[in-house]
Amino acid sequence: MKSKFMVLLSLVALTLLGSCNNGSSKKKSQGALSGNVAERVFVAPGEHDEFYGFISGGFSGQLSVYGLPSGRLFKVIPVFSVDAEKAYGFNEETKPMLMTSHGFIPWDDSHHPDLSQTEGVIDGRWCFINANNTPRIARIDLTTFETAEIIEIPNSAGNHSSSFVTENTEYVVAGTRFGVPVPQRDMPIEEYKGNFKGALTFIKVDQETGNMDIAFQILMPGFNYDLAHPGRGKSHGWFFFSTYNTEEANTLLEVNASQNDKDFIAAINWKKIEEYVANGGGKKMPTRYAHNIYSDDTHSATSTMKTEILTVEPTDVPGAIFFLPTPKSPHGCDVDPTGEYIIGNGKLAAALTAHSFTKMLDAIENKKFDGEAYGIPILNYDDVVAGVVQQPGLGPLHTEFDGRGNAYTTFFISSEVVKWKLGTWEVVDRKPTYYSVGHLMIPGGNSRKPWGKYLVAMNKITKDRYLPTGPELCQSAQLYDISGDKMELLLDFPTVGEPHYAAGAPADLIAPNSKKFYKLGENNHPYKTLSEKEARVERKGNEVHIYMTTIRSHFSPDNIEGIKVGDKVYFHVTNLEQDFDVPHGISMIGANTSELLIMPGQTETFVWEPKQPGVWPFYCTDFCSALHQEMQGYVRVSPKGSDVPLKWSLDGE
Amino acid sequence: MKSLLYTLTIACTLGLLAACSSGGGGSESAESTVDLTKNTPKGQASVVDNESKANILQVAIGSPDHTTLVKAVEAAGIEHVLVNAGPLTVFAPTNAAFDKLPAGTLDDLLKPENKGKLAEILTRHAAPGSYDIEDLKKEAAKGRKLYMATGDYLDVTTEGDDVFVNGVKVEASIYTSNGVINVVNDVILPK
Repeated sequence: MKSKFMVLLSLVALTLLGSCNNGSSKKKSQGALSGNVAERVFVAPGEHDEFYGFISGGFSGQLSVYGLPSGRLFKVIPVFSVDAEKAYGFNEETKPMLMTSHGFIPWDDSHHPDLSQTEGVIDGRWCFINANNTPRIARIDLTTFETAEIIEIPNSAGNHSSSFVTENTEYVVAGTRFGVPVPQRDMPIEEYKGNFKGALTFIKVDQETGNMDIAFQILMPGFNYDLAHPGRGKSHGWFFFSTYNTEEANTLLEVNASQNDKDFIAAINWKKIEEYVANGGGKKMPTRYAHNIYSDDTHSATSTMKTEILTVEPTDVPGAIFFLPTPKSPHGCDVDPTGEYIIGNGKLAAALTAHSFTKMLDAIENKKFDGEAYGIPILNYDDVVAGVVQQPGLGPLHTEFDGRGNAYTTFFISSEVVKWKLGTWEVVDRKPTYYSVGHLMIPGGNSRKPWGKYLVAMNKITKDRYLPTGPELCQSAQLYDISGDKMELLLDFPTVGEPHYAAGAPADLIAPNSKKFYKLGENNHPYKTLSEKEARVERKGNEVHIYMTTIRSHFSPDNIEGIKVGDKVYFHVTNLEQDFDVPHGISMIGANTSELLIMPGQTETFVWEPKQPGVWPFYCTDFCSALHQEMQGYVRVSPKGSDVPLKWSLDGE
Repeated sequence: MKSLLYTLTIACTLGLLAACSSGGGGSESAESTVDLTKNTPKGQASVVDNESKANILQVAIGSPDHTTLVKAVEAAGIEHVLVNAGPLTVFAPTNAAFDKLPAGTLDDLLKPENKGKLAEILTRHAAPGSYDIEDLKKEAAKGRKLYMATGDYLDVTTEGDDVFVNGVKVEASIYTSNGVINVVNDVILPK
């Protein structure tokens, strides 16, 4: 209706302008509006976007949630880095989320979000994302849009070929980028070749709770495992990992890892390995890795250190692992919606290589091998290749699919997205990106069912694209309409951190499940306060626990006396509101931490260690209500050894 | 809705013609007259939320004793105020309270030309903050008056266990997500 009306308006306008004909309105109307582009990305105030876009935050360590096609940012979900705005990693409840075998780590580099799938179709339950630096996988719950779980990956380094899910979310995989000694030990770096390992980790996902548990880890040769995607449809049960540095160089990789004419895509029959493990195969190895789970029941996270992992030697499971020769350091490793084609994006190659799953199975059956590497058979290139896209561009990185037989590949060096046809391998369209595109995303574009309407290209460099902000500039995403024969650039918007991969899904799959608030009756936080009557202050030695509540527009208690210098004061604050979108915040002068931002029904805790006697105010940091500015209180701090009694009140009671 | 769009089209057309005759800026007015924000006249009262605790407006709508009040709130166009984050205390006259007004008064107030007057009368029943009967007793004991959204102050007094605002007895307090409804059996009029 609306679009029809717009057309009508435009017609009226154009007719009138035409009849005007006095030269005053020549070129101006040839802008975005007349081309209809603005209307296609304009989501009117109060209306909703058609798709969610989950865009990785790269070196911010987070995951951002955008609306598409508008490019509006809704939320930055803290995952691997502390976030003072949301108290993530600052309050007592979420600190365990960032625990690792190396201790508390406040930052990471988040890379590849991937959405859970059922029968190869995105199902809107969870979003997984990997930490690249200190290897971890996180699961984000798409009812709360919060990080629900983080599991550390031992024996891995540069956790880059991660966190991709199999087509029923049986597993999320995490592959190491850097070869490392397994287990870690003190040894000369130059003895890398033949001694370092490349661990590919398969993490089982519980279908009810989403909880992750490392099932097994395959100890591959010490190549660099770069990216991965699961088989789907006919190739379900297999997983494909691209590799580079099959030279096993340990220095100046830009030269030394570019020597071989071909590297490999490793094809892993995980069903076979699953069976091997189920029958008692594999070897348990002592190790240490953290497993952190956040509970919406206690509104708190726990961190458990695990001490053992099940490892699998490739040569112990014959017929499960093969290498597909692929030209020149393949980066993206992408599987088309039918599961037949495995695309290797050789970043230094002049052509794109598509392997055929059918031909691969045939080559395996007929043992069409071209040698082996560390006991793993190498299939003969000519017997597995399905086709080659000739001269598509420079520096291919990643490929996604539209479900209509087309593939879209990004080219970093020639800075473009190229559309080509699966099967005929002909290039049918190309559009520039601004500038130097890395990943791309089509909602569902790495599943059996792409929603092939939009494509988001994520760029590393923006230079002159926006108003300048000094030497440090944002990265960007660009939205293309891919519903027609030719791609059309519609929108250009800045991103949070450097966007690596992204995942997208129709809003209808996710929005109806979005939680509005937490029920007070279900709050099992050990320091909850469920009514103002229960509000109190308790002392245990030099620890003071304040059981505090918030409701529009006051804290209870709001006057506290009897705190002494040297005390460790815990503010356990429960938000008593049971109403959508009424968080309260709290912050205390001089507290060496962030504010709390407490959702209705939730309890959160911060610690304050007062250093000076005095009367110190605290206040609500989130504009909660008309009387927000009145939402404040005082704590009286007396000198060490003082005998001021512990006392608390609200309005003198 | 359709008529609104129609009006918009006419306005657009007229705007363009005017621009034309003045000989400049034609294309600019073509862009500025297309105001899609007008297509979505929403407010907080239209938020769909069946999970939160009910707010003041929702509780009032659900009360068979307050149908007149709800009708008056809609006529006065203040429904969005009653779903605001507040906190608010609303003294909610029952249907019986409105019936006590002189004959014809209510019908008169419900006329569109008296919208402002009606809003003023209703707003005098709302106070910023949350005050239930017990809180009001405390106000009375401390000799405080109740500041209303219109800027008036109401006297708060007690008589035995009962609490009165400007002489009107408070019958019961109902707790809502964004404040308190205090049921009254009289319309509170300025002194």
